[in-house]
Amino acid sequence: MSDKLVMSTGNKAVAAAVKMAQPTVVAAYPITPQTEVIEAIADYVESGEMTARYIPVESEHSAMTACIGASITGVRVFTATSSHGLLYMHEMLHWAAGARLPIVMGQVNRTIAPGWNIWAEHSDSLSQRDTGWLQIYVSTVQEAYDATLMAFRIAEDNRVLLPVMINMDGFLLSHIMQPFEMTEPGDFIPPIHLPHAIDVNDPHGYGAMSPANVHYQFRFDMEKSMRAAREVIAETEAEFAKRFGRSYAPVEEYRCEDADVVIVAMGTMGKEAEVAADLLREEGVKAGVMRIRWLRPFPELNIAGKELVVIDRDYSFGFGGVLAGEIQARYPEAKIARVIAGLGGQEVTFEDMAEFVRSRKIGTEFWFGIPEEEQ
Amino acid sequence: MYEIRIHSRGGQGGVTAARMMASAAVKDGKFATACPFYGAERRGAPIVSFVRIDDAPVRIYSQIRKPDMIIVLDPTVMETVDVLDGLKEGGSIFINTHEDIEFPPQYKVYKADLTGIALSKNLVVAGSPILNTPVIGALAKLGLFTHESGKKAIEETFADVRNIEVAEKAFEEVTA
Amino acid sequence: MTEIPKEEMLLKCPSTCAGCGSLLALRYILKAAGKDTVLVIPACCNSVIQGVYPYMLHTVPVYNIAFAAAAACASGMSEALRAKGQKTNVIVYAGDGGTADIGIQALSGALERGEDFLYICYDNEAYGNTGMQRSGATPLGAITTTTPNGKRVVKKDLDRIIEAHNLPYQATACASYPADIYNKVKKALSIPGPKFIHILAPCPPGWRTPSEKTVEIGKMAVKSGIWVLWEKEYDKLTISAPSRAAMKKPMPVIDYLKAQGRFKKVDEETAAQIQANVDKNLKKIAAEVRIQEETA
Repeated sequence: MSDKLVMSTGNKAVAAAVKMAQPTVVAAYPITPQTEVIEAIADYVESGEMTARYIPVESEHSAMTACIGASITGVRVFTATSSHGLLYMHEMLHWAAGARLPIVMGQVNRTIAPGWNIWAEHSDSLSQRDTGWLQIYVSTVQEAYDATLMAFRIAEDNRVLLPVMINMDGFLLSHIMQPFEMTEPGDFIPPIHLPHAIDVNDPHGYGAMSPANVHYQFRFDMEKSMRAAREVIAETEAEFAKRFGRSYAPVEEYRCEDADVVIVAMGTMGKEAEVAADLLREEGVKAGVMRIRWLRPFPELNIAGKELVVIDRDYSFGFGGVLAGEIQARYPEAKIARVIAGLGGQEVTFEDMAEFVRSRKIGTEFWFGIPEEEQ
Repeated sequence: MYEIRIHSRGGQGGVTAARMMASAAVKDGKFATACPFYGAERRGAPIVSFVRIDDAPVRIYSQIRKPDMIIVLDPTVMETVDVLDGLKEGGSIFINTHEDIEFPPQYKVYKADLTGIALSKNLVVAGSPILNTPVIGALAKLGLFTHESGKKAIEETFADVRNIEVAEKAFEEVTA
Repeated sequence: MTEIPKEEMLLKCPSTCAGCGSLLALRYILKAAGKDTVLVIPACCNSVIQGVYPYMLHTVPVYNIAFAAAAACASGMSEALRAKGQKTNVIVYAGDGGTADIGIQALSGALERGEDFLYICYDNEAYGNTGMQRSGATPLGAITTTTPNGKRVVKKDLDRIIEAHNLPYQATACASYPADIYNKVKKALSIPGPKFIHILAPCPPGWRTPSEKTVEIGKMAVKSGIWVLWEKEYDKLTISAPSRAAMKKPMPVIDYLKAQGRFKKVDEETAAQIQANVDKNLKKIAAEVRIQEETA
């Protein structure tokens, strides 16, 4: 086993998966902590390991736009960003999804200033959740690699034709080194066929004025594709497991079957929470973990009869944690203790998470690190 | 799980040392992660990196608070950093030095003159002796991973054969 | 005489204002470019002119993109097409706001990278599509809805900004001279790399001129020297024929200003300043040509 494994950061694993997928165009702009992804790709292109054209654009807005311009010609494209870069792309994220372009993007979760802070937080990507992108949150280097391979197949599936954002925690995963298997995908990702690609022999207008009587139809079509994406994701993950032996689900459940209380989180906290559950089990608490992987399309949760401790590494001011809010909206009967933790890269250990469970108060919001009297 | 914290200065190769340590452990059939802690520090500032080695996949991402072992690549960081912070009772210390440095008696202390070893082979990059390849040899001697796997991890990272030579020298010279 | 193809690339259904200079220019741009062409259009009058889904004005594919994004979109499209071995012309058709203001960052980036496409800015000297607000390209003294007493600062010298990128081909043109546009587009598309053409496009509602006077107003701009037609292949500057003639004895700028309602609040002092600016610019261009001839 050990011979097949290579040590890699999350960033380099994403770049390696992109190399396997062989996109035609990569357009990107550097930002900490994503930079290593595009440096690795630029190296692959220079050395001839990738045949892609690498466009070193002058901004993230142009990175996403260049991807859009390339994608509409019917080729595979990739970009990567983080935090402020993602926010700078915001307008074009809507454009990419609305134009039904299967762009794949590596997104390294990082806090938004001020003050300047380069560490992990999910506020960047969660503030883009309504743009029409599929969003997945990964928790290991292997998963970052596997999810990137699968993202191309899912996005380009003609039942989906929506862009996919692969999110990983800044530094905690982007820069950690873990052993992973750099599986050759073979024909796992079929050749791209974009049904609405530009063709000078069959000229069409793209994105022209669309009045109300058709615009809502375009939007409903996007939602239909999001719904279809659930099935495509399930098929793709099943096929991946069959071929390569690693299985994934939209929600990774850990010791949930008989659990009375479940920690719900995304990214690396969702993985470390497993250690918290083990610790709680030793204390006699029947604890489990649900790690949300696919946030869009939003997954089904098996939460009947369980209390939830939802950890949000993000915040919607004047409302609450985004993840807790989404779960409560989907499952109004859910019994949720809401925890806000990890903002700006705040250190949150499995021991802290176990304590969130022990001291949970259903129906309340707890800000980790803030004194009791200020809560 | 065995948890190691490495103290060095930015630019001394502490992060690469962590990666080679984890890589060597994985070659032995273990699971491991190497995790640099990135702050706003620039070249020359004291930094820490972490290595976790276990028989099962490592699921912890937060910083190591109670290490089983600390490695001090640059003893001068001890002037400003409490390198013993959180070190477990009976934990191990490996320090790059040729001097006798006193540590509290509850710790097992190992040392080797990595700087001297690097200089003896003229293994110097940008004016600084290379410390992260001899340290792999020293740690192999302490049983963190096999000497073979350590050398393989070095070979994958550096083409210059002197890196293996210094690892072998440190393997021989490490003392309690 | 230039042989311009009879075949029309635009269908007879544009929703332009009567006398639109930008559409007149586009008619000849597409005749020069031919069918193996994709147009990239950011937010501007031409986003609306092209018709409402599912109908369209053009007989070539048109890709609409966000305001600031045209040059970046064309970059990606051109790179992808070239990667596929296609020579298809990629032409951006953008207004002055999308070029000189909000789109200039993406444009500068694309030009610096040497992307293979033709960027055409049709300049109606204001934000026409939103009802004539001032842009960076609005000239001194012009009334717009956001400069109700006339603009107090001069027009941004977009061409000098573009020149700083050392393009293989750069030109100016005017909607009133279709053969000149046709020839410049033809030449531009024969050259690989980034190309830029800046076309003055009179706008009857914005300039407050009668619809039937579009061609005449554009010609007055050239004859007065407030707009100079030239082309530049790398370092070689050539003054185009209409401007060569005009530069011998330019028409007073005041005649050009008086023909348009947008300049009605220009006082004598401002008019003199505008004339002085024109004189200075013409001298600068003439000097540039002279130095070029002397060093040749």
